[in-house]
Amino acid sequence: MDLSEINFAVLVASLIVASTPLVLAALGELIVEKSGVLNLGVEGMMIIGAVTGFIVGVETGSAYIGMMAAAMAGALLSLLFAFIILIMQANQVASGLALTIFGLGIAALMGHPYTGIKSPQISTISIPFISEIPILGTMFFQHDLIVYLSLISVLVIWYFLNRMRAGLILRSVGEDHDVAHSLGYRVVTIRFLAITFGGAMAGVGGGYLSLVRVPQWTEGMTAGAGWIALALVVFSGWRPFPLLIGAYIFGGITILQLNLQAIGVNINIALLSMAPYLATILALVVISMSRFRGNRGAPGCLGRSFVTIT
Amino acid sequence: MFKLIPRENVSPVLSLLGPLFSVGLTMIVGGILFYFLGVDPFAAIKMIFWDPLMSETFSTYSIPQIFIKGAPLILIALGLSVGFKANVWNIGAEGQYIMGAIFGASFALSFYPLESIVIFPAMILIGVIGGFLWSMIPAFLKVKFQVNEILVSLMLVYVAEQILALASLGFLRNPDGAGFPGSRNLNQYTSASNAEIIAGTGIHLGVLLSLLMVIFFYVLLFRHSLGFKIKLLGNSPKASGFSGDNPNKLIFLCLTLSGSLAGLAGIMEVAGPAGQINIDFNVGYGFTAIIVAFLGRLNPIGIFFAGIVMALTYVGGELTQFMLNLPAAAIQVFQGMLLFFLLSFDLFVHYKIKLKGNK
Repeated sequence: MDLSEINFAVLVASLIVASTPLVLAALGELIVEKSGVLNLGVEGMMIIGAVTGFIVGVETGSAYIGMMAAAMAGALLSLLFAFIILIMQANQVASGLALTIFGLGIAALMGHPYTGIKSPQISTISIPFISEIPILGTMFFQHDLIVYLSLISVLVIWYFLNRMRAGLILRSVGEDHDVAHSLGYRVVTIRFLAITFGGAMAGVGGGYLSLVRVPQWTEGMTAGAGWIALALVVFSGWRPFPLLIGAYIFGGITILQLNLQAIGVNINIALLSMAPYLATILALVVISMSRFRGNRGAPGCLGRSFVTIT
Repeated sequence: MFKLIPRENVSPVLSLLGPLFSVGLTMIVGGILFYFLGVDPFAAIKMIFWDPLMSETFSTYSIPQIFIKGAPLILIALGLSVGFKANVWNIGAEGQYIMGAIFGASFALSFYPLESIVIFPAMILIGVIGGFLWSMIPAFLKVKFQVNEILVSLMLVYVAEQILALASLGFLRNPDGAGFPGSRNLNQYTSASNAEIIAGTGIHLGVLLSLLMVIFFYVLLFRHSLGFKIKLLGNSPKASGFSGDNPNKLIFLCLTLSGSLAGLAGIMEVAGPAGQINIDFNVGYGFTAIIVAFLGRLNPIGIFFAGIVMALTYVGGELTQFMLNLPAAAIQVFQGMLLFFLLSFDLFVHYKIKLKGNK
């Protein structure tokens, strides 16, 4: 074992890549939950994004077109969820689970002929001048467009939620849909939009996984990433910046255990592979124990159906 | 537009009609899906829902198979249904199922090749304890720290899968297995084998237990005050507190029931149909059982029939894989669709729908 084989700058760069699908999917879910909807189907939307993105990417030869298709596929699947919970008033927890089961099945069906194919390359964009900075440049400024987009999304979503009227309306719908309704806001429409946005973000996250992060299609390749994204939203206390930090810590653990596996550390591979999941549980426990106390920041109407009875 | 008027009493006819309607609709939409996959939809639907029961070529094999595949589904779904009623969402039954199998098998194999009649019942008990302990992790974290049980129980599925890999490649690997992954075959170890109880069918003790558990849960939920307390916790946690029930106790109870039954299903499976601990031991019963619980309307008798229907799709699904070369994932799509239709139909169970301005 030789720990010096691990290059720190490259490690940080790869942890950013590893975390990007989580950042995207979790940001989407953050908006969904802020509108008062709990969509447990993130895993299903991610894998639909992964398979659609991969197929379109391979067929068109462009990873970016693939990524756009991934967003559309994720959004399309989330519309199904939106219809069931908003119009048909179905239980959100159960519908989210159904979405995951359905998505995993559809993705396996679609992806079957594409197993083992290589995906088109995505080009990295080195930001002029600052990417030349030793170490820091390698870490942060030599990535592909999607990584930069994910970082910009964090900023935009923070601004949207905290500084924009539309964000305030979204939050008010999530806090108390009856009050928001009586103020004249269209609860169902707003939630529809939020769910679709969440689906698109989960889709891109999935697409990034199959087109850049892995890059290959294998059945069930999300391996719980969607669930971890859900955990990140709780961990962050429903705030974009802590969410980003959480995702990077998590990506760090994943990359570290992969690197330890690669250099042949004398720890069983199965034990190392457990680490991300155990870390997620631990993070949830710590955040619940800390001064943030459990669900502080959780929208008041999270997971509750909205019915107008006249 | 439409408007919704809540029903004062849930219509029993509609709540029975829902699952039937959903199965029917799944067949139609599934048929359309098959058409796009280039498979004759009528042949495929017939092969999934009809041939396992009625075809002379297949039915002698597939009818017992339905009960064998239905047993773990029914066992797990019964346990889950209690929690779902109380708003306690254990979705990690797959992990508890794996841990039940590993605990039980480890115990039995540690005595190999000693033969004794004590080993079999003790092995089952240890298996149940395995599932129980695994479900106590989310229970404890929820009660003590208010950690979301959905996420914890699910994360523990992935951990359990890694422990399964660890067991099949490491501490349970068959020393006489020429280095292949997987434990000794419990069917070849008389004291631990969950042998068939009706010769030639493969029907084992787990099938019998699943039927007994249906009755047990029916009594528990409908003839015992506990059933009421659980319902109360789900519908109104505040009222539950005022009536002097301790919600934490009920959370523990829900996870105890679901974990133990998943563990029971696991040990029955590993000592019976599966035979050994191996990397691919778990096939998703823990997740399908969630659908079974809902399809059965969280009612023990309903779960029995739902388990049978779902097992039918498994057996029929295998047939289509062999005969029509249909991918295994098609069945998963079927199951997801079924759950969608079912949940959507609930609208008609809970509300009357009227056109606005049409009084």
